[in-house]
Amino acid sequence: MELTTSLGLIVPELVLAVSGLIMLLFAAWGGNEASKPVSIACCVALGGAFALVAPSVCGGYSGPGTLAFYGQLRIDAFAGFAKLMIYASAGAALVVAPRYFDRLNAMKPEFAVLVIFSALGMSIMVSAADLISLYIGLELTSLASYVLASFLRDDDKSAEAGLKYFVLGALASGILLFGSSLIYGFTGSTSFAGISAGMAGGLSGGMLFGLIFVMAGLAFKISAVPFHMWTPDVYEGAPTPVTMFFASAPKVAAVALLARVSLEAFGSQPDAWQQIVTFAAIASIVVGALGAIGQENLKRLLAFSSINNVGFILIGLATATVAGASSMLLYLVFYVAMTVGSFVALLMLTDAEGKPLETFADIKGLSTTRPALAWCLLLIMFSLAGIPPLMGFYGKLVVFQAAVEADLIALAAIGIAASVIGAFYYLKFIKVMFFDEAVDRVQGKADKAQWALLALATLAISPFAWLLTGWLASLADGAAAALFFAA
Amino acid sequence: MIQVLAFYLFAIMVIASGALVVLARNPVHSVLWLILAFFNAAGLMILVGAEFIAMLLVIVYVGAVAVLFLFVVMMLNIDFAELRAGFVKNAPLSVAVAVILLAEIVLGIGAYRVGLIELGTPDGTAAPILGESNIENIGILLYSRYLFLFEMAGIILLVAMIGAIVLTHRESRAVRAHQDITKQNMRRPEDATEMKRPEVGQGVEL
Repeated sequence: MELTTSLGLIVPELVLAVSGLIMLLFAAWGGNEASKPVSIACCVALGGAFALVAPSVCGGYSGPGTLAFYGQLRIDAFAGFAKLMIYASAGAALVVAPRYFDRLNAMKPEFAVLVIFSALGMSIMVSAADLISLYIGLELTSLASYVLASFLRDDDKSAEAGLKYFVLGALASGILLFGSSLIYGFTGSTSFAGISAGMAGGLSGGMLFGLIFVMAGLAFKISAVPFHMWTPDVYEGAPTPVTMFFASAPKVAAVALLARVSLEAFGSQPDAWQQIVTFAAIASIVVGALGAIGQENLKRLLAFSSINNVGFILIGLATATVAGASSMLLYLVFYVAMTVGSFVALLMLTDAEGKPLETFADIKGLSTTRPALAWCLLLIMFSLAGIPPLMGFYGKLVVFQAAVEADLIALAAIGIAASVIGAFYYLKFIKVMFFDEAVDRVQGKADKAQWALLALATLAISPFAWLLTGWLASLADGAAAALFFAA
Repeated sequence: MIQVLAFYLFAIMVIASGALVVLARNPVHSVLWLILAFFNAAGLMILVGAEFIAMLLVIVYVGAVAVLFLFVVMMLNIDFAELRAGFVKNAPLSVAVAVILLAEIVLGIGAYRVGLIELGTPDGTAAPILGESNIENIGILLYSRYLFLFEMAGIILLVAMIGAIVLTHRESRAVRAHQDITKQNMRRPEDATEMKRPEVGQGVEL
């Protein structure tokens, strides 16, 4: 009985797992020619999982009915909300990948299979209600990511990115496991509810150590300062579609996981982790803003931009309120749209032979040679800088609003000040594209799929999306309420 | 009594061989000490009644370490002639280690038969029930309560395997020398040779 209900709850995950396994067979027998059909089929599978998850978000599912497998997974609206973002961004990565790899003759059907399994791992991560399922989901995601980072194995930078990510990721997993074992030892439970109950009486030294280690391990996964050092190197070295994937889906999953661990497992001791999250938030915003200033490589710059954005997301978490969690989810939605948009635009910057162009010197005067692309980038950069009326502003607004309501005025003030610093390099993009002498290096033709994705992302952050904010905010509120219902 | 004796023997050996893993200058020796440490840790597990974990330690770790050992040997280019030179000199030491291992096996089995040592749980709540096989219990839990996570762990291993193959496998385009005996037998002298009768002073056209 338990098994049947549990299986019913995890249908989207089953769809992903089974389609991943079937596609693996096609990949094994079809060879490299099967890349395109396998990519399309994997996109369809992600779409199917998306459609299956959507009702749980719209319905705001919460409560004991959402527990699967004896409380190891929680399939509630919060998990659903994160899953929708994860599946969408994984699908976007699959759409843009073939063109990038085809030029190098490096497209393999395993790419799509690994993305599917990674998405499966992220589904488990965001649904985790137990330290064991947390770790299994995290490891499934990470292992697939390490391989994806070094997918261009003949390229030195890609290989280096994969190795760096692997070594540091393994270290972070070790730290996380060490913390988990301490928490299990001192609270006597691996389930989040049990840990919360075990901590309710007070925080012993061992529990505190465990909590810090778990937070540190998760902070590495979301690349929050001071555990961000790997991000620029990995983002720069990995193939651009993979970088786009890293900057969107796993980040959403790890942030959602961090929120669930903080608010559910450590929910009875919010004071213990609020300082950590507050520090990580401020440090990420400042380091992300300052580190990006000197960068010439656009991928490195976007890596610092993602560190910066994680800081703003963590402000929402630092409040430890329903409004804060809801603002965090809203910020994530627009963050994903902006990330996908900026990386698709980056993918469209190619020279006549299709070689990717990745530095500021290449996009000088882009507005005269490729006006449509330049205007889309302009909107995305303004949105990242948080200029109203674009949606990046709305994301920052709700986060700061939640922080002010939770009496974290100092945190909000520092965040606003640092976002002004951050605006510098976003505006530099626009200055280089619109006011510098044209060099006309961008010659490559972009295909329809790229234009469609870019248009979609730009539309999502354009002022038109204000029309949707009411609906989105109610969904995010439902998801955040589900998170707190569990805690 | 035998339990306490066995516990201290195993514990001291784990710590001592653990220290020697770090202190040994020769990497091959480090690996050998590591194996000894695993064996002794397995002994400790048997003492607390976790025979399944003990078996895992021996089978998985010692087995995996044997492979690791091979890698170390291959990568570090160790001069084995030099290692063998000390064989006669170190023979008493190896005999001593063998005797200790034998004693440990005898003690371990003896202690296991006497009963479990009460460690860590003053009220004994977490102590395993005597006579119950924990292999069976772990199996039942793994395939019912933890079924989903167990399957997902399988997928993790699958992903690791896909990754290893994707990153290392290369299609070999070079034609490999395949011997096709039928084809060889079917070949007739007329197909392979040609008679030429060159005039004196003239070359042949090939």
